[in-house]
Parts: sequence; C-alpha cells; structure tokens
Amino acid sequence: MFEFILFFILGGVAVVSGLLVVVQKRPVNSALFLIVVFLCMAGLYLLLQAELVAMVQLAVYAGAVMVLFLFVVILLNTGSAAQVWMTRSATLKFAGIAAACVIMPCIGLAISAGITPQAAGSAEAQAGGMKALAALLFTRYLLPFEITSVLLLAAIVGVVYLSQREKERRP
Amino acid sequence: MIPLSYYLMLGAVIFGIGVAGVLIRRSALVVFMSIELMLNAVNLTFVALSCNMGSLQGQVWVLFIMTVAAAEIAVGLALIVLICRNRGTTNIDEINLLKG
Repeated sequence: MFEFILFFILGGVAVVSGLLVVVQKRPVNSALFLIVVFLCMAGLYLLLQAELVAMVQLAVYAGAVMVLFLFVVILLNTGSAAQVWMTRSATLKFAGIAAACVIMPCIGLAISAGITPQAAGSAEAQAGGMKALAALLFTRYLLPFEITSVLLLAAIVGVVYLSQREKERRP
Repeated sequence: MIPLSYYLMLGAVIFGIGVAGVLIRRSALVVFMSIELMLNAVNLTFVALSCNMGSLQGQVWVLFIMTVAAAEIAVGLALIVLICRNRGTTNIDEINLLKG
C-alpha cells in the first residue's frame, strides 16, 4: 500500500516535471525541473531495490551532469526574449504531441500486455545487491567496463581540445 | 508489489515527453535535456525489467548507459558552447549550414 502511494507520488512528480522541462521558456528553469526528474528517478530505483543504480543516478546525473548543464546554460544565457522557444512547423508540433500523448503510451500498453507475470527471481540476486552487482560487473562485463573507461578518456581529451580558444588551438 | 506494467507505462510516458521535447523545442540546450529524459526513461525500463526477472544484468547495463550518457553530454555541451561562440545563437533553426 505504502509502495503504491510512493510510486504514484514519484511517478506523478516525474511526469509533471518532465512536461515542465519541455515547455519552459528559459533553459535555466528547464534544467532545474530536470533535476527534479532525476531525483524522482532515483526514488523509483530505490523502490525497485536497485540501490547502487539509485546512488549512481544521484551522484552522476543529478550531481555532475546537471551541474555541468547549469554552468553551460548560464554561460550561454542569451535571454528568454531573444529565443524562439517553439518550432513554427505545425508538422513537428503535431508529431511531438502525438508521440508523447498517443504513441508512447500505446507502446507501453502493448509491451505490458505482452509480458506474462513470472515468479520473482532468485532471492540472493536481490539480497546481495551491490556485492552481486560488482561481481557481475568485474567478471562477466569486464570488457565493456574497460571499454567504458577508454570512452571516458576519449571524451575528456575531446572536450579539452574543443574548449581551447581559437588562437591557441594546435591543429 | 507494484506490477511491472506500471513501471513500463511510466517509462513510456517519460520517453514520449522527451521525444516531444526534441521535436518541438528550438533551443539546443533544451533538446539536450529532452535527450536526457529519454535516456532516463530507458534506464527505468531496464531496472524495472531487471527487478522483475530477478537478474542483475539490467542494472549493469544501466550503469553503462549512465557512463556513456555522461560522456556524451560533456562532448555535446562543449560543441554547443563552440557553436554558440561562433554563431551567437543556440536556435537550431539557424544552425543549418549543412541543410540540403
């Protein structure tokens, strides 16, 4: 019972904040509502007993990524009056609203109707939690883990190169 | 216990909101934020299915998705800063040099 109340509160706030992200005139307000969405997502992950994923979401998404977003948004603050905030094309408006209100809920209904309820999986997979997840990450998924670190290195090098000023850029 | 279909519907709705944001908004930064909404919806779907099936593979993949998304945001924001520095606007209607 308590779980249902929590789910509907978190899910409702996430959906409303998502809508507000999309319709705000100023990007700063959009970024702040996106932080609320990320916090609700972390709560939903905790409801699903995924503690490591919830903490990583808080630390990486709400902590690092949104701070970066806010820095860039404030740096590029061109003012809300000068920005055209919505497309003028009626086709794109129709496509966007159709996708959000009709297509995606239909896909969600179709997928959930097709999934038959299964018995809950092994208890130790859930009880171990972080230990079992770490064991999985460092044994079976070791190669993607290493490739991810190379990807992060490439991203860092790329960003450092891109953010140099024109005069000092070495080709 | 909350049924799996509730989580899948919530993920689908948030994904749809992200798609609407990408299609409708003209500011490059808000388009980026909508892409993050879509990625989060996919993460929620992964974690919900992993909890339902009792396997931890979904959560491992969520960790990878989060890492790749963080790298993508860093590079993408650097590119947006460069474009705004050169063209003076983040309106994606005006950044159309490659348009046929």
